[in-house]
Amino acid sequence: MLLIPCPWCGPRDEAEFHYGGQAHVAYPADPAALTDEEWARYLFFRDNPMGPFSERWNHTSGCRRWFTVTRDTTTNAITPETSR
Amino acid sequence: MSDRLWNSPEPDGAYDVVIVGGGGHGIATAYYLAKNHGITNVAVLEKGWLAGGNMARNTTIIRSNYLWDESAGIYEHALKLWEGLEDELGYDLLFSQRGVLNLAHSLQDVRDGVRRVNANRLNGVDAEWLDPAQVKEVCPIVETSPDVRYPVLGATYQPRGGIAKHDYVAWGYARAASALGVHFVEHCEVTGLEVSGGRVRAVETTRGRIAAGRVALSAAGHSSVVAGMAGVRLPVQSHTLQALVSDLLEPVHPTVVMSNAVHVYVSQAHKGELVMGAGIDAANSYRRRGAFHIIERQMAAALELFPCFARAHVLRTWGGVVDVSPDASPIVGLTPVDGLYVNCGWGTGGFKATPGVGWCYAHTIATGEPHPLNAPFTLDRFTTGALVDEHGAAAVAH
Repeated sequence: MLLIPCPWCGPRDEAEFHYGGQAHVAYPADPAALTDEEWARYLFFRDNPMGPFSERWNHTSGCRRWFTVTRDTTTNAITPETSR
Repeated sequence: MSDRLWNSPEPDGAYDVVIVGGGGHGIATAYYLAKNHGITNVAVLEKGWLAGGNMARNTTIIRSNYLWDESAGIYEHALKLWEGLEDELGYDLLFSQRGVLNLAHSLQDVRDGVRRVNANRLNGVDAEWLDPAQVKEVCPIVETSPDVRYPVLGATYQPRGGIAKHDYVAWGYARAASALGVHFVEHCEVTGLEVSGGRVRAVETTRGRIAAGRVALSAAGHSSVVAGMAGVRLPVQSHTLQALVSDLLEPVHPTVVMSNAVHVYVSQAHKGELVMGAGIDAANSYRRRGAFHIIERQMAAALELFPCFARAHVLRTWGGVVDVSPDASPIVGLTPVDGLYVNCGWGTGGFKATPGVGWCYAHTIATGEPHPLNAPFTLDRFTTGALVDEHGAAAVAH
């Protein structure tokens, strides 16, 4: 089980969290202007790196707030992201 | 050579077709390229040992009772091939059509199950709806009393479903493909794809450069990594999927039981182990080790359905890396790069499709056009919107 550093509650067991996938994926500023290709890229395509991955977690059983960490998908080593 | 099931030679400098990934799908694809299309100048490159990835790690369940026509097409084609595969390959696969039960625990489960039975029948897939008493007849050890937390309200039943010995399937296909001239190059990791003029020309590997007329990716959980070498982005996410076996028990479990709601699937291997699996670990991962709380929940679910397992012991747990697509359906077909083909996105359910995808993927590679049965599973369906959304019907448990 991962030990995940919640920026507000401190390190807690993975079972307290809900996973949110890749971080820093912004909703398109003008969705109607997107082509089908661009909309598909936004909706369905996410990075899937073997290595460091910037990802979202929600502390559902604690403070219920979202935050971002960088986790290595081959080692599980976690680094908090200061931007939250 | 004579005492080995397949050859494992030094790679030649060039092949007509290079298959990246020596798992069940890659091996079966090589076999059908040689058998159905006469293309025998083929190398299967495997970074580890043959069939040591997800082919060695799955729970071997075979069924074709998917909701949508597109899925029923390819999975039922696979099941029909399974039914003749031991004769085809001249090799014992311990293929056992002991039936598959998908339990319903809520009114919605019942409605979905009955709907799926009707859809299956319209597609020529054998399917029955069983009430709890009939479930008990098929599998006497399932807890069907009404006073448990998640009572069994019924089940779909596919009598032709079952299990096979996963290693034997890989070995049988590799043996037959090897006899037709296919090279299986093990401990050969692909480190680059050479693309020029919009066409793939060669693969770079830890054992040197290999020129290739066509390159067929079949790398399961590592598909994003190898496709990325050619600049192709795939809409899949890699996750750890865990499974476990108990110690060896007397034959107690005559069929295969799956439950999406309680979330576990259980069969008993020929040797006697109870084989169990459930869902993926939530976070993206390329690790073949998952979290213990996932195993704990899966065993709690198994005990809910099978109280008689309370004294069984966990003998072994393990994990594999699976590539999950947004609609829980595979991606099999062409890529934007000429001569480069992709087979990925099977997520947690690729084993059962092995003969079917091998057959259709070989057709795609040989002719440059998808086989009608994999034509719906294109990469560009995520742009056109023509998804094959099996999430509601099949994605949770495979």
